[in-house]
Amino acid sequence: MSVVAVRIPAPLRRLCGGAAVVDCHGGDIAAVIAALEERYPGLQERLCEETGALRRFVNVYVNGEDVRFLAGLATPLREGDEVSIVPAIAGG
Amino acid sequence: MAPDTVRALKCRECGREYPIAPVHVCEFCFGPLEVHYDYDAVARRTSREKIACGPRSIWRYGDFLPVAGRGADFQVGLTPLVRADRLARELGLRELYIKNDSVNPTFSFKDRVVAVALAKAAEFGFDTVACVSTGNLACATAAQAARAGLRCHVLVPAGLEKGKINNMAVYGPQLVLVKGSYDDVNRLGSEIADRYQWAFVNINIRPFYAEGSKTLGFETVEQLGWRAPDHVVVPVASGSLLTKIYRGITEMQKVGLIDATPVRVSGAQAAGCAPVANAFAAGTCDVRPVKPETIAKSLAIGNPADGYYALKTVRETGGHVERADDGEILAGIRLLAATEGIFTEPAGGVTVAVLKKLAAAGKIRPDETTVAYITGNGLKAQEAVEEILAPACTIEPNLASWAKVFERRAC
Repeated sequence: MSVVAVRIPAPLRRLCGGAAVVDCHGGDIAAVIAALEERYPGLQERLCEETGALRRFVNVYVNGEDVRFLAGLATPLREGDEVSIVPAIAGG
Repeated sequence: MAPDTVRALKCRECGREYPIAPVHVCEFCFGPLEVHYDYDAVARRTSREKIACGPRSIWRYGDFLPVAGRGADFQVGLTPLVRADRLARELGLRELYIKNDSVNPTFSFKDRVVAVALAKAAEFGFDTVACVSTGNLACATAAQAARAGLRCHVLVPAGLEKGKINNMAVYGPQLVLVKGSYDDVNRLGSEIADRYQWAFVNINIRPFYAEGSKTLGFETVEQLGWRAPDHVVVPVASGSLLTKIYRGITEMQKVGLIDATPVRVSGAQAAGCAPVANAFAAGTCDVRPVKPETIAKSLAIGNPADGYYALKTVRETGGHVERADDGEILAGIRLLAATEGIFTEPAGGVTVAVLKKLAAAGKIRPDETTVAYITGNGLKAQEAVEEILAPACTIEPNLASWAKVFERRAC
């Protein structure tokens, strides 16, 4: 199973013991979120609705690309991929 | 230190409250935080007379803003609300106004949001400010940071108009051009913001920054003679401006400064970057991101943070969201210039083109008092119009040469 680096945004770091980057196992985004939840209970509900879908204001990127342009939660991950969790931010 | 009219920051999604601090995201649901006011306290403090006697800038509406003092005096706001009869005739409307916000100190509405953001950043004690920008915000941030003596970092997409790059660079910020779209810059900015103790005006200072846009709504009300317009047409990039103009108007209704008449809010997007218009047309609340491809670079945000709320405001008020393609945008720029003498950047072309479409379709009724918001100046994005303008003729400095051209033109 692939090991990927997950960038944790500041609002979630308290849940992750202050970590800015967490290495995680998972073949796709859903698996990575499940792995994060196992390690840091409570994290999944911050990111996902009860239906399992990503919350409206949560953006997830794989190597800089928004997963909504890829396969969403089913976006496959390869060894060494970088996953970023980024809150929506205002215009400019 | 916040004025006693401010209660807290509140999550727009789940309603959780947070103390006033440089934070912008709810830790529980990732929803955006907004400034929450005690409107009874605002109502006790404010009056039409007090506002009318106030500074000739956004700070006359200080009772509605989340800053204790008054920000640096930079003459931000109180821009002209121009009655646009020639444009109105062209479009078949009876009472149309242009809010010409392209004449702020750095020539866009962004001076408003930055004025509030920097005043708040100073209260929080930051010595460095930053922003990610499609151009106009960077100009406003760099200029006002210079005036306030703050260090400034700006990140913008590398493909911006040269005029905007020069404009922001002259104020001396640390300017970084990022290879990618605004959405790429945005993501990077968010990650950078997590590493430094900077006041990122549209990231960690966003709840306060966004409040600055309300002043466009306040000014509209005051300049119309203390009444709300029936219909407003607003360009949509992140969607924040649209929601905050409406918020400004309704706050004045809420505290009893004006009657609570209904206001319809319509949005304007470029066809090459229309995630909100697409969702509106599809009848869904799901604003799907897009890859922007438009000459309206200041509106080229493919993943609009407040798109959902803009859509909600439009639907709840009975407005519409329309699109304009590049040709229509250029025609809109020329129409505004030719009828009202105002030269706007492509974002304004989008607004005028959409105004025209909505009027032609009967979606703006001729009897509605309508205000269209022109938020950026054409001088900053001259490349956009260069190709469509006929070359000027050049003559020798004598009458014969003049007559030759004059006769050839046979006007």
